[in-house]
Amino acid sequence: MTLKDLLHSSRAAILKRWFEKTLETYAPDASAFFDGQKDRFANPVGKALRTGTRVMLDCLLGEMDAEKICAGLEEIVKIRSIQDFTPAQAVSFIFSLRQIIREELGQELDSSRLTELAEFETRIDQLALFAFDIYVKCRERLYEIRVDEVKRSVSGLMRRLNREEEKAQS
Amino acid sequence: MAEAKFDEMDHYKQAELMKFDFRPPPTGWMDTPTDFRPGSWIYPGKAKHLEYLDLPNPREWAVTDEDWQLPKNWKEIVLEGMRERLSRYRTFKIFMDICVRCGACADKCHFFIGGGDPKNMPVMRAELLRSIYRKDFTALGKVFGKLAGGRELTVDVIKEWFYYFFQCTECRRCSVFCPYGIDTAEITIIGRELLGLLGLYVNWVIEPVANCFRTGNHLGIQPHGLKDTLEFFAEDIEDSTGIKVDIPLNKKGAEVLFVTPSGDFLADPGTYTCMGYMALFHEIGLDYTWSTYASEGGNFGLFTSHETIKRLNAKIYAEAKRLGVKWILGGECGHMWRVLNQYMDTMNGPPDFLEVPKSPLTGTVFDNARSTKMVHIMEFTADLIRHGKLKLDPSRNDHIKVTFHDSCNPARAMGILEEPRYVLKNVCNNFYEMPPNTIREQTFCCGGGAGLGTDENMEMRLRGGLPRGNAVRYVQDKFGVNELACMCAIDRATLTTVCDYWAPPVRVTGIHELVSNALQMKGAKDREVNFRLEEIEHWKQKAAPAGRKEGSSDV
Repeated sequence: MTLKDLLHSSRAAILKRWFEKTLETYAPDASAFFDGQKDRFANPVGKALRTGTRVMLDCLLGEMDAEKICAGLEEIVKIRSIQDFTPAQAVSFIFSLRQIIREELGQELDSSRLTELAEFETRIDQLALFAFDIYVKCRERLYEIRVDEVKRSVSGLMRRLNREEEKAQS
Repeated sequence: MAEAKFDEMDHYKQAELMKFDFRPPPTGWMDTPTDFRPGSWIYPGKAKHLEYLDLPNPREWAVTDEDWQLPKNWKEIVLEGMRERLSRYRTFKIFMDICVRCGACADKCHFFIGGGDPKNMPVMRAELLRSIYRKDFTALGKVFGKLAGGRELTVDVIKEWFYYFFQCTECRRCSVFCPYGIDTAEITIIGRELLGLLGLYVNWVIEPVANCFRTGNHLGIQPHGLKDTLEFFAEDIEDSTGIKVDIPLNKKGAEVLFVTPSGDFLADPGTYTCMGYMALFHEIGLDYTWSTYASEGGNFGLFTSHETIKRLNAKIYAEAKRLGVKWILGGECGHMWRVLNQYMDTMNGPPDFLEVPKSPLTGTVFDNARSTKMVHIMEFTADLIRHGKLKLDPSRNDHIKVTFHDSCNPARAMGILEEPRYVLKNVCNNFYEMPPNTIREQTFCCGGGAGLGTDENMEMRLRGGLPRGNAVRYVQDKFGVNELACMCAIDRATLTTVCDYWAPPVRVTGIHELVSNALQMKGAKDREVNFRLEEIEHWKQKAAPAGRKEGSSDV
């Protein structure tokens, strides 16, 4: 049995623990809510954490489809990048997967599997690199929309001034 | 053996490395200090605005300062302020006493849903104030202190109030679910009043308040500026339709005084909604007037104090009296209507000099406004459509798939739920509702109401805007929705940003902009552009001479 087969057989347990570990980065009242409320419109954060972790784990265990992985990552990082986290805290949930996998495999993880494990963990590293990109993209977007909003607040005035200038010139 | 240095492998013990913990510290709420993270709070009010309004303790200060320069007897001021309000507002006293902490409100606040900060659970936000109430105003709290849920009033408590009472948009979604009907918005209002006694205001609220007190509107537009603005809109309407609309200004003896939020004068896309009103009034030949004095429908006093609400609101009736109008019509605004519907009559009424509003076109008497004498334009326009007074071609909006955001105040404070939908369905062929638990009475706030709509707290606003943005994204994915309609000036500004982040490229529109697209105005040319002066492909095809080839109907 390869390491990937082992991980496939523990997929549900790994996913559950990864979701729970990510929830633990929030205050207890919040994590209980994000976990408990199943309505996707009443609880968009919980929905994103569930969907995002599932999509990413499936990619890690199967094809490393960059587009799919980034879509799953973006579900989560887009939210965590504007929540009360430092940049490191915002993407920390990815690194917790390494620990979860090691703990989940337990005794199965003997020295013969270290190469396979290193290969798999490289995939997690890849995920982390994507996460940095997405985090920065979201923060840049945050500042862009902030500037756009300030511009819009006087856009009517600017159009008027420009037209008056055009009239004066013609 | 010497201890390994940090750059040597032996320095790191594997067992210790595995012990990492991302969990927040497990402190009780009273002992968890407020983390003033940039992006989640608003800049303080400038001294000059406080001075203009005769408000206490004007000074220049920053939220990041250690010393907020409170008055020496700040504690006495706050406790006395609480005592006074507990006796003046029965609701406040009841709300302090009756909460049983059932938790029904806990997960209903958009800031908690999007951000996860437990102090944004409405019950907890109220508890920030209630804990002081218990300690200083109840026998149990005086004796047992913390055991009875009381706590000492300290400077840190004041800072915490400032942080969290400006993270409540007074949207009242939580109140819908409270079995006791506790209105958390009123608790926030009182909390902000108490902060105000110490000179703690946010600039995004207090500057508009000072402007409004001085010039009649939040933006500080003076009479000649307003005249210029409306003339500019009239030029755009003429470019689009070929029709020159009148701009009645301070017209004595007009039948109707029209008042709209000043956001509609300067900020897109509200400007296009304003043009929509002007085109509509021209088309139906309404005898109305704008006022350069009562040039603001919104009332940032609502986000300041009860006294300020009254001071700013007084100009509307005063101007109606001066101009000798029969009744007042109000534009698409949100919190403006909470003030007009729930406070104006008691604070500055009764306006006996006005008549019960009656539509001159349909003869409909607006009995619901018998007391305030002020009608919401959505009621007015829905009534026009109902009586067939407007020639509308909804296919003119076929390039738009629209959804509707119920603005908190018109929906929850006034119950204007059907009128906007009725209008939308008559002017658009493609209207899609968002999921039921995100609309009507349960609508999610834009995250920028009640004076939070500035840019320095953008992170906080995006957290609060997540539940709304998430529902927009759902109808965008499912039905291809590309526009979000709303009838609130703050929404038009803040939801544009919410959509830009959570559901791009959905854009935001006022309802009367859509009405103006569909409106077949008498004497209009074949329109090719809307009021944004954008060319609409299917309008151009209709306008083009026969023989021109058909193409896409998209913008």
